[in-house]
Amino acid sequence: MTLSAYIDYVILPILGLSLLLVFIRLVRGPSVVDRVVALDLLITIGVSVITVYSISTQKSTLIDVAMILALIAFLGTIAFAYYLEKRGRK
Amino acid sequence: MTAILIGILCTIGALAILIAAIGILRMPDFYLRLSVTVKAATLGGGLLLLCAAFYFPDEVSVTTKALAIIFFLTLTAPVAAHLIARAAYFIGTEQWKGTVRDDLAGMYDKETHTLGSGKESGGD
Repeated sequence: MTLSAYIDYVILPILGLSLLLVFIRLVRGPSVVDRVVALDLLITIGVSVITVYSISTQKSTLIDVAMILALIAFLGTIAFAYYLEKRGRK
Repeated sequence: MTAILIGILCTIGALAILIAAIGILRMPDFYLRLSVTVKAATLGGGLLLLCAAFYFPDEVSVTTKALAIIFFLTLTAPVAAHLIARAAYFIGTEQWKGTVRDDLAGMYDKETHTLGSGKESGGD
């Protein structure tokens, strides 16, 4: 079994299942902060999926996309936290 | 040999991410969800990025980028988690009914959002 087939048939389905579980929490989440954390985790798993896919297809250019996505996830969470705290203070 | 190493690292990373996903779905409380998510997902993502760093050994730029993403993830995940937990505490996210103690209760100033030690009013 080659590494590419192992990634395609074992690793990527596990990551896809994780994305599905996190997405359920994103839809159901009782409060706003639950949704923010679920979104952050969703983007982190997305970075992992892109990395694994670049190993599987041997296209190393995709790592750049993962880097930008990690930056955007951090900025998004910081912005959500800042405005949620500001809204609570009035 | 490298393929076996990458396979083992990939498996551990994917299982850590799966544990994080199950945790965020099953935990009863926002703070417990946050505690599970940040650590396990950072570990899993870091291991999968380490696989990419090992897999493209003759392209130095790719290895450098993968290591830079790992460094950035481990640097920013605790900061983001701290900020969102702080915001959640301020807007009054309710805790699990089995929570035993809350050390922050009454320590935050409601107006200025500064953290006190709880001994200001009792002292001289």
